[in-house]
Amino acid sequence: MKRFVSLIVALTACAAFISPASAADTLKKIKDSGTITIGHRDASIPFSYLDDKQKPIGYSMDLCMKLVDAMKAELKLPNLKVVLNPVTSQTRIPLIANGSIDMECGSTTNSVERQKQVSFLNTTFITGTKLLVKKSSHVKSYKDLKGKAVVVTNGTTNERAIKELDAKENLGMKFIPSKDHAESFLSVDSGRAVAFPMDDILLAGLINNSKNPGEFEIVGAFLSHDPYAIMISKDDPAFKKFGDGVINGLMKSGEINKIYSKWFESPIPPKGNNLKFPMSDGLKEAIAHPNDKGA
Amino acid sequence: MNYNWNWKIFWEPVAAGNGVYWEWMVSGLAWTLSTGLLAWVIALLIGVVIGVIRTTPLIWAVRLGNAWVELFRNIPLLVQMFLWYFVLPEVLPFGLGTMMKQMDPPWASFAPAVLCLGFYTSARVAEQVKAGIQSLPRGQTLAGTALGLTMVQTYRYVTLPMAFRIVIPPFTSEFMNIIKNSSVALTIGLLELTQRASDMSEYTFQTFEAFTAATTLYIMVTLIVVYGMRQLEKKVQVPGFIGTGGQGGGR
Amino acid sequence: MHAIDFDVIQRSLPFLWKGLQFSVQLTVTAMIGGIILGTLLAMMRLSSFKLLYLPATAYVNGIRSIPLVLVIFWFYFMVPLILQAVTRAPSPVHVGPEKSALITFILFQAAYYSEIMRAGIQSVSRGQVSAAYALGLTYFQSMAQVILPQAFRNMIPILLTQTIVLFQDTSLVYVLSITDLLGAAVKTAQRDGRLVEMYVFVALIYFVLSYALSELVKRLQTRVAVIR
Repeated sequence: MKRFVSLIVALTACAAFISPASAADTLKKIKDSGTITIGHRDASIPFSYLDDKQKPIGYSMDLCMKLVDAMKAELKLPNLKVVLNPVTSQTRIPLIANGSIDMECGSTTNSVERQKQVSFLNTTFITGTKLLVKKSSHVKSYKDLKGKAVVVTNGTTNERAIKELDAKENLGMKFIPSKDHAESFLSVDSGRAVAFPMDDILLAGLINNSKNPGEFEIVGAFLSHDPYAIMISKDDPAFKKFGDGVINGLMKSGEINKIYSKWFESPIPPKGNNLKFPMSDGLKEAIAHPNDKGA
Repeated sequence: MNYNWNWKIFWEPVAAGNGVYWEWMVSGLAWTLSTGLLAWVIALLIGVVIGVIRTTPLIWAVRLGNAWVELFRNIPLLVQMFLWYFVLPEVLPFGLGTMMKQMDPPWASFAPAVLCLGFYTSARVAEQVKAGIQSLPRGQTLAGTALGLTMVQTYRYVTLPMAFRIVIPPFTSEFMNIIKNSSVALTIGLLELTQRASDMSEYTFQTFEAFTAATTLYIMVTLIVVYGMRQLEKKVQVPGFIGTGGQGGGR
Repeated sequence: MHAIDFDVIQRSLPFLWKGLQFSVQLTVTAMIGGIILGTLLAMMRLSSFKLLYLPATAYVNGIRSIPLVLVIFWFYFMVPLILQAVTRAPSPVHVGPEKSALITFILFQAAYYSEIMRAGIQSVSRGQVSAAYALGLTYFQSMAQVILPQAFRNMIPILLTQTIVLFQDTSLVYVLSITDLLGAAVKTAQRDGRLVEMYVFVALIYFVLSYALSELVKRLQTRVAVIR
């Protein structure tokens, strides 16, 4: 018994040791270490995903590389080393918060709640929750999911949105948690779950990349409004200002449109499919008036 | 990093859905324990049989037992989990596989998790049983035969009762392993304690509080099991015989 | 059931090879680090100073009562902060998932190796310890030159068996999205929708490697036994 008490005491001492530190200064850290660490996803198509050579690519990755280029110039670090760190929906926020990654380039919704822990650059994409189902399931709306198995990716805003709806409307859905979007998609594909609520653009990407794209469809009204942004650590005004400056520059020069059409309106790796997803009015508005409003 | 400690978080209502966070931890613990206990029953049943047949003079039975142990011992638990959950339903004849997949959550993860853990641990139990039986003096078996007992009778009345007492300490640690290993089932979507802690951390961003709670609960379970098994050991010990009167004497 | 596609295995071989290299590297490093740290812990646990054996015992028992997955999460989120506190750096120290996994496995396995080394040290007869002291050797000299070499040799088979367990446990770094052998298989499987082929294949690789290793250990065991 005594040894466990001493263990608890030791743990507490350890915890007390880790007390709040001063505000972050990511730019200084990057300058001093000559390295920047970028968090990326495995299967957030076409934002941040792995190509056949298992290299992370995508819309968000391109935007982040623009940031890196600007940083090289700003910090006078032509040999700035980029370290790529894979993250999941569950690990991304703790990893930003504990400084393991300097910025996350994936498909992260800027939500007011998350702003308590992390900070976001200006919005670079706008989407919302819809349902991915098999055509053969005949599910057309959320009401059809009463009592059915629904797969959710752990730690996403979509998970929250559907659970809130389920509690409010008393639908009695049965949730299957999953680690990443690819796994969630496979749950629907293999018949474990009837539906997968997720940002519609990611669903389009997953369907596009699947073996039989014709079997699936995206249904339902938008259940949530999800503005995507690059995630950085909280209370770092210098980095936020620098990042927003670069993003706003891309928007003003129209360069972002080129990057957009490269990933959403042209064939993309690994299979060379075209998502054919023209820019929404919401995103056009966000590009005309850059902002970092959370949902 | 600005970390705001907030231990009151456990009494706050869950962001989406019903209840408060400490209820998540308790339900996680309940799943951990029920997975562990049920898997333990399977592991004991299969493990004892396999362990015993490996000590018999029947060559085919020994080979079968050996193959069983090697198969389940040499593949990582996580990979076995995936085989039960992702692969088995696909290779089963059509109806069965679909049935497995369409069980209502959480049973669709619970059933493969229990089976996987049970089979995995059965190999380890079999090893302990075999070692326990083989550690008995050969004279005991011979005495049984001399008394005119059949092989089955010798096992039933002579070897197994003694071996059972010898294996209590290793069984304690195997049982603890099964409780700890049940956390691997989070990869196939079982909402057990570790997953709940990780969910809570994602919902509330209070990572340290959530993980501390889970750690404390696991340690408490260990304490209770170790204490319970010590009592059992004392209760069943045969005075003046090997394997009784405390292990090793390290303290 | 769909048709088996052997092609996917062939296509993913280079990637799997990279993953296997990481798994092996992690295993070997964690084994060496774990045995060194484990031996120190064992020496602490056998010492008569409360200040040494209490923390060591608490550490070993504590680690051994919580699941590895939980420990992996703990360290992943905590190590940068601990390093920051230790080095007094202005911001959390960046630790990649690979390094974090390495630290986790060394610290976690040390608890298990220490139990083995403790039994190993106890397996050396007390007479030898007394003899060493009688010869005027200090504690560390007698440990380094008399006790540990024998303890280590007696325990080689068990240490190696534990290493096979460690090799299998490294697959759990999957929860951090690291590309180890299993991670590589999962990533390929999910991308190409070929779960059956990839999971069976990766199970086969683990089986062959672990089985071969355990057969080696068995042979070694008989040889060591003869020498003793």
